[in-house]
Amino acid sequence: MNAVINLQDNERAPRTAPEAAGPPAAASAYRKQEMRTMSMVQALNSAMEVMLEKDPGVVIFGQDVGYFGGVFRCTEGLQQKYGDDRVFDTPIAEGGIVATAIGMGVNGLRPVVEIQFADYIYPAFDQIASELARLRYRSAGQFWSPVTIRTPCGGGIRGGQTHSQTPEALFAHVCGLKTVMPSNPCDAKGLLISAIEDDDPVIFFEPKRLYNGPFDGDPDKPATSWEHHAKGQVPAGHYRAPLGKAEIVQAGDDVTILAYGTMVHVALAASKQSDINAEVIDVRTLMPLDIDTICTSVCRTGRCVIVHEATRHCGYGAELSAQVQEHCFWNLEAPIERVTGWDTPYPHAQEWAYFPGQARVSEALERISGV
Amino acid sequence: MASRLHIPAAPYRPGEQPDFSAISLPRAGELPRPDELAPANTTENLSYSMIRVLDDDHRAVGPWNPGLPADVLRQGLRNMMLTRLYDEHMLRMQRQGKMSFYLKCTGEEAVSVAQCMALDDGDMLFPTYRQQGLLITRGYPLPDMMCQCLSNAGDRLQGRQLPVMYSSDVHKFFTISGNLGTQFSQAVGWAMAAEYRKTGDIAAAWVGEGTTAEADFHYALTFSTVYRAPVILNVVNNQWAISTHQNVAGGDQNPFAARAIGYGIPGLRVDGNDFLAAYAATRWAAQRARTGGGPTLIELYTYRAAAHSTSDDPAKYRPANEWEHWPLGDPIERLKQHLIALGYWSEAKHGQLQAELEEMVGNTWDDAISLGTLNEGPRPPASAMFEHVYKEIPPHLVEQRRQLESAG
Repeated sequence: MNAVINLQDNERAPRTAPEAAGPPAAASAYRKQEMRTMSMVQALNSAMEVMLEKDPGVVIFGQDVGYFGGVFRCTEGLQQKYGDDRVFDTPIAEGGIVATAIGMGVNGLRPVVEIQFADYIYPAFDQIASELARLRYRSAGQFWSPVTIRTPCGGGIRGGQTHSQTPEALFAHVCGLKTVMPSNPCDAKGLLISAIEDDDPVIFFEPKRLYNGPFDGDPDKPATSWEHHAKGQVPAGHYRAPLGKAEIVQAGDDVTILAYGTMVHVALAASKQSDINAEVIDVRTLMPLDIDTICTSVCRTGRCVIVHEATRHCGYGAELSAQVQEHCFWNLEAPIERVTGWDTPYPHAQEWAYFPGQARVSEALERISGV
Repeated sequence: MASRLHIPAAPYRPGEQPDFSAISLPRAGELPRPDELAPANTTENLSYSMIRVLDDDHRAVGPWNPGLPADVLRQGLRNMMLTRLYDEHMLRMQRQGKMSFYLKCTGEEAVSVAQCMALDDGDMLFPTYRQQGLLITRGYPLPDMMCQCLSNAGDRLQGRQLPVMYSSDVHKFFTISGNLGTQFSQAVGWAMAAEYRKTGDIAAAWVGEGTTAEADFHYALTFSTVYRAPVILNVVNNQWAISTHQNVAGGDQNPFAARAIGYGIPGLRVDGNDFLAAYAATRWAAQRARTGGGPTLIELYTYRAAAHSTSDDPAKYRPANEWEHWPLGDPIERLKQHLIALGYWSEAKHGQLQAELEEMVGNTWDDAISLGTLNEGPRPPASAMFEHVYKEIPPHLVEQRRQLESAG
């Protein structure tokens, strides 16, 4: 590559284009597109391919993401197609990966990095919380870096305490970051494209138990693929799912369940198992948070169960609970319930005792409905 | 002999008589200057010894002499003098309560001024908080520097940052963090993007010797050598990290420049108080970076003559007169004597320039302070704190700003 890559338009043009905010344009673009069956892995791969094609400033790197295509195969084929100067392997240094991405972003690129497991993101925490999140602020808008950090999270894969964590609360707590966790292939692609195009840094959590099929929390059932799931149908080309918009995935009148990632599927299964008419909301983006959709629902149902896989104490559910209480106090019929991982490290042999599965969600639904 | 942990100590503490005669200094002009694209390991002797150009008779000697014309030398002298005068003025004003904090670079002026002059305007600087000479050399307006330190209505950073944590995108001076070392590895990414975009620019980054212990130092060396990024990685060894001597960072085991060799990066150890040596080493590294040779690690051996900042008293941890015994002298005095020896300068001209610069700093201060101080105001509006957290102010911050304003 010899020509100067002029990224001036990329650097300063508004990336949150009007259609990102307004659903009509996005929806129409969406409807016109060819739909393809994709797993979440394929949908993420497709999002990155679309962005590599669209924007010469997009570069992708991380451990094993280049030649091999990532340990979960999310970047498979991208180096071969787009070259090793755009998709490449890195040394094993999460802090170095993020720091390098920050510098590239400051110099006009739009880096997408992979941290191989969310459990290994902590060496990069200083670069994320002290630098990436605050560049724009501390320089009063002079410098900023539109980095997207993808990282697989969550348990249910026999990963033990170093391959199962879901540390979203640590990042949702840091001002200046946006935090996303999709629950299905269609959202994953649209949200990842939005994240890459966003000029603010985005931490993009990928529930690895959902990579190859929906999972309702029952490990004894045979694994299913995304092929037969409505959200396994994904637009083939470019489209955005807006950051800051929750989705009501099941309408209901008696209880509102707030969930994201794998827990959306667990919540749906639990509500079917019980006779309770629950409204299930997929929060999708933790920051920005679509508090309006959440509170409109809770004010109507008067009951709220919050479900997440991470530990309970100071977990993201605590923030959801606080905001629901602030906005919906006079409409609440019962105390807000949280169903979460226990406040222990994620154990290996006791994985399913730790995982907040259908039974625990159902119990919470029964409990709260009886009040 | 029984084994024992080695707990490094500072050579001298308060009340002791400093004597640096044990520091091994090669004669100026003695070391060879390899080709800019020489293999990294050919610089091994340069990483253990010390590149020096100015000799005891104030002459520029040897293969590292950059052969700079008189006007460039005089410009370098002026930039260093202005940096020192600015520091002295700002420290006095801090003592008078006009600022919450200040931090000088006295004795280290050659590091930022000479290195900056050896770089191109398009090259990106990733400084620590002790390279104010970079901004002065790049011509950043002095009133803007002062207003930043005052956190007043004229502060371009809207009062967000502690004094001296400057930022200027226009002057390609990266926003200063305060978290040590983070910019070192970011500079590598910036340089990789420059290479990818083929803009021809390089990056230069600085850390203190104490920060070489941080992971970011090793990230920077690893990533820059792996991808052969066009970046100059500078370690300013000013002997002291607040009260902690460089020996506690391992400086008594091996020079910091020698860390480079194991990474496959050239290491240059430079007399940091020798304007010409600092300039020449930086030119060498810049040329290497621009022609595909990748990174260079430069250790600038110097002495922090001032306190770490206005928050510490160095008399509590080192001899008060230690700097006077420093064998590498004062960078401003050395360049001044060199110019005089060449016949390009005189004591009279020096005194005149000193007076002009003092007056300029004083007048500039009057202008800056007319825009307010942290204590007396006017300050940036409180509501400005909600801007730039994100590109657009999100609804929850709009609400919090409303709460702040209605509480006011």
